[in-house]
Amino acid sequence: MTRKTLLKPDYSRRKAIRTMGLGAGALAASTALPRFVQAQSAAPIKIGFQVHRTGIGASYGRWYDRTTTAVVKRINDAGGINGRPIEIIAEDDGTDAKRGAEVIEKFATQSKCDIAFGTLFSHVVIGSAPRAGELKLPYFVVSEGHHVASGMLNRYTLQPGITDVKSQVQAMAPYVANNLGKKVTMIYADFAFGHDHRDYFSAAVEAQGGEVVAKIAIPPTETSFTKYFPQIPRETEVVYHVMVGPAVLTFVKEMGEFFGPSSPEIFGFIDSLEAVDIASPGLEFLEGSYFWEGMPRYAQADQTDYEKEYRDAVGVDANGASVTDSKDVSTYAHMFGCWETMNIIKAGMEACDYQGPEQRQALIEAVEAMSDMPAGIDHPQGPKRFNGKTHQTFGVQYISKVEGGKMNVVHTTSIEDTLYPDEVDYTTQSF
Amino acid sequence: MEFGPHLMLAMLEGAVTAAILALTAMGLSVVFGVMRVVNVAHGEFYMLGAVIAWFVAATLGTHPAVGFVAALVIAPLLVGALASLADVLILQRINYDPERTIVATIGLLYILQQGTLMTFGPDARPVEPPFNHRLALPWVEWGEQGLALYWPWGLSITSYKLFVIVAAAAILGALWLFMTRTRAGLVMRATQQDSNMARAFGIPVARVYALVFGLGAALAAMGAVLIVPIQQAHYLMGHDPLLLSFIVVIIGGLGSLPGTIIAAILIGMSDGIISVFFSPTLAKILATLAVAMVLVFRPQGLLGKKAA
Amino acid sequence: MSHRDTFLHLSVIAVLFAAFFVLPAYHSGSLARIMVLAIYAMGYNLAFGYTGLLSLGHALFFAAGMYGLGLTMQLGGWAAIPAFALALVASLVVAGVVGVLALRTRGVGFMIVTLMFAQAGYLTALYFVQYTRGDEGFVIDQAARAIGPADLSSEAGRYFAALFLFAVTLLVIGALVRAPFGRTLIAIRENEARATMLGYDVQRLKWIALVVSGTISGAAGAAYALLFGYAGASFAGVQYSIFPLLYVLLGGAGTTLGPLIGAIFMFYLIDLSSGITNAYMLIAGVVLVLLTMFLPHGILGTLRKRALPWLP
Repeated sequence: MTRKTLLKPDYSRRKAIRTMGLGAGALAASTALPRFVQAQSAAPIKIGFQVHRTGIGASYGRWYDRTTTAVVKRINDAGGINGRPIEIIAEDDGTDAKRGAEVIEKFATQSKCDIAFGTLFSHVVIGSAPRAGELKLPYFVVSEGHHVASGMLNRYTLQPGITDVKSQVQAMAPYVANNLGKKVTMIYADFAFGHDHRDYFSAAVEAQGGEVVAKIAIPPTETSFTKYFPQIPRETEVVYHVMVGPAVLTFVKEMGEFFGPSSPEIFGFIDSLEAVDIASPGLEFLEGSYFWEGMPRYAQADQTDYEKEYRDAVGVDANGASVTDSKDVSTYAHMFGCWETMNIIKAGMEACDYQGPEQRQALIEAVEAMSDMPAGIDHPQGPKRFNGKTHQTFGVQYISKVEGGKMNVVHTTSIEDTLYPDEVDYTTQSF
Repeated sequence: MEFGPHLMLAMLEGAVTAAILALTAMGLSVVFGVMRVVNVAHGEFYMLGAVIAWFVAATLGTHPAVGFVAALVIAPLLVGALASLADVLILQRINYDPERTIVATIGLLYILQQGTLMTFGPDARPVEPPFNHRLALPWVEWGEQGLALYWPWGLSITSYKLFVIVAAAAILGALWLFMTRTRAGLVMRATQQDSNMARAFGIPVARVYALVFGLGAALAAMGAVLIVPIQQAHYLMGHDPLLLSFIVVIIGGLGSLPGTIIAAILIGMSDGIISVFFSPTLAKILATLAVAMVLVFRPQGLLGKKAA
Repeated sequence: MSHRDTFLHLSVIAVLFAAFFVLPAYHSGSLARIMVLAIYAMGYNLAFGYTGLLSLGHALFFAAGMYGLGLTMQLGGWAAIPAFALALVASLVVAGVVGVLALRTRGVGFMIVTLMFAQAGYLTALYFVQYTRGDEGFVIDQAARAIGPADLSSEAGRYFAALFLFAVTLLVIGALVRAPFGRTLIAIRENEARATMLGYDVQRLKWIALVVSGTISGAAGAAYALLFGYAGASFAGVQYSIFPLLYVLLGGAGTTLGPLIGAIFMFYLIDLSSGITNAYMLIAGVVLVLLTMFLPHGILGTLRKRALPWLP
């Protein structure tokens, strides 16, 4: 038993206990560890992938999985990280906060992953992050929640590959107020993220001289929506909607039926329709409406080479659907985050010459030191600016208009539009 | 929107909810009334109905009306057969013991949900309605020339939603005829009143139970086929119908079929109307507490008889 | 008779104590969580297993404890001990009020009323999103999660805090069900009419059982927030009302150790099968169906019936 533990690089609590209990012998063993690790340096770097395979996030999880598989293949084909291949240890978290924390523990203490990666839904991130911090496991989330930059989490949790909701929302306000209308009615899911939209957008649109004339929160369990629409004031010039879950199609459809021919301008977050075909029956009324997109789902006329390369690598056609099944629509506005995050992990590991778990802190410091990242095949969504203090990345946002059943980009924000003052400095926290 | 048209809209929407709820809850009520078991997997039979409807419509790929009618026949039959099979394989073997039935049907719930996720996938899939027209509705008000008709902004319903209300009523009428006018219905009612006596008179109670369980599931599936052109098929959609059906069955008085319909209308309509007066989530909280209070102060339900 | 029970319970506690030093880190970490869930299930068992009250709303009490501790620590800046005490009071009050109302019903009506109250509680947690962060939930500061010098966010601190609470709950419940009070509860479960005829104030006894049960469930919720640093509305959802029912039925309703066995069984069933297939909930479903068909009294209940009639 003792022998086995001494031979294995075990950085958990048991090592600490043994160090206390066995004194000099154990100390000698742990100082001998780096040599042991180096002897195995062709062993794969293990990345624990917390994936929503079941539960409410399963549509997203499937595409996060495909994107991750594609980026890992690309990195491994090009020689891996520091000469070592990446091995993905994927585990379903059931889109559940409790199971998410369990999965993090499994990565850290059972499968001995170097880092954890890939979570989308905010409640899973927030439920898992404390455990990642306590187990000192770098945790790279791809969630677009404001939880990282708000300072709620810890030094081990980073979001370098996808922008957060606060920056997305405030960057929309100038375009909405100046092009679509000043009087906005917001319809959002009565979830924490819906409230983020309400608060950040209200403030940002007022700064543009606009006004939110009504705020309609829809309960998360709702399946029928028409009864809420009469609360939309007649003076409304723009309806701003952001909903999630399987009922969103009904929502959009019933909104169309409610307004009939006399509709105000409509602006929505594509979250409402991720993994849903815009050409679905009942969605005809979206024609002429506007969407925020994290990354344009339909290949644009001015498509770059790297965007095409990324699209091909993941297996997505020009309409944002799977190349093998045109009915299988991707979560294109979010899943690029997995691709970019993995490339940032690679860059971070190369910068600190990462060899094994004892360099986890060096890896975090290496990522914290990053700043501007140019657009390219490593960052196909566009250029990024990472803020090492808040552990959050910033980037351009897209606004598209539905025309002829496709979404065409009509406006691209600057990174500056998305910036806001720091709310936390994680680099002052101890490891 | 003004108060009057808003209330009317909420009531129309409530009527659609009530119609589907009446069908789904009726399935649960028939099963409870005859077999005295609580079927936690009832919502999953509803979900299966919607998923099969999508599958039938997508496979046929012809005019939406053809796919819809085919689904309305095929989905309830398949779901009913599956439920009967589950009854024979599982529930009969545990003797309908109340607690074990709950656990077994929780197990069944996981099996059906996960099986659907693996085959059908996690996405919400739409089914095209056989017909769908937006019907703007008029409202009256006192104008300068007395009573005047006008067309308020947004006050409308679709022809398909009206059809759902009519179709649900027709199906429930057919069920009533079946229960009261046919021999099979008589056998069912006999089994409901006293299963031992029924057995003594040579009624194959086990077979009746299997058929009733299938019938209950088929009713849920029919409700789902009707709703799926409005909502979408999704593997987690069974959760809310289950909760609501439970509420309706209890409020209506366990096993009382007329009570179930009255309760469905009450719950479906109030859901729409309360949302006119309160903020939506608060409305849900109040509606939920109201249901609890009805049960607390009238435990036998609205039409149930006082427990002996 | 009673000595054997106490000896068994103390042995289980001793085994769990030793397990921390023997088991690999992953399993001892998981065991800490399982013990918290087992406390929840033990609380549930008092109402369901011993008194026959099949509640589908215990997540309300779990959540009352979780938010009682989480909100006072995070928003009020309270220390762990007073926050935990407040969590107990919160769940006690909630269980008291729900008990007064829900116990007017019985059977399926009781199931639905408790389910409705829990659903209202879940929606309330969503409604007050500015404090609770609704579905997203919130993190409880790691620095605050300590009792004096004991750091409850460390592996050892967490494990022994969970074990301490588990041991207290087990011994209290062990004593309670052996006492005349517990005997009366079983009598109510077996034949309420007869218990009433014998002159027991059945309504009051059921209320006390539900309040104690709810308070223990609240203690488990508070412990989860304190030890794992998170509170969120998903813990108030329906499925967290169903979990303790499953644990208890699997382990054996009306046995003192059944909840622990059930919680261990369910955790490893999901954990191991998720390593084999994505369809682990399918496997869980099949196992549940098979268990009800072939082990109707749960694991310990069947053991008690077949081999060890003295099992508490």
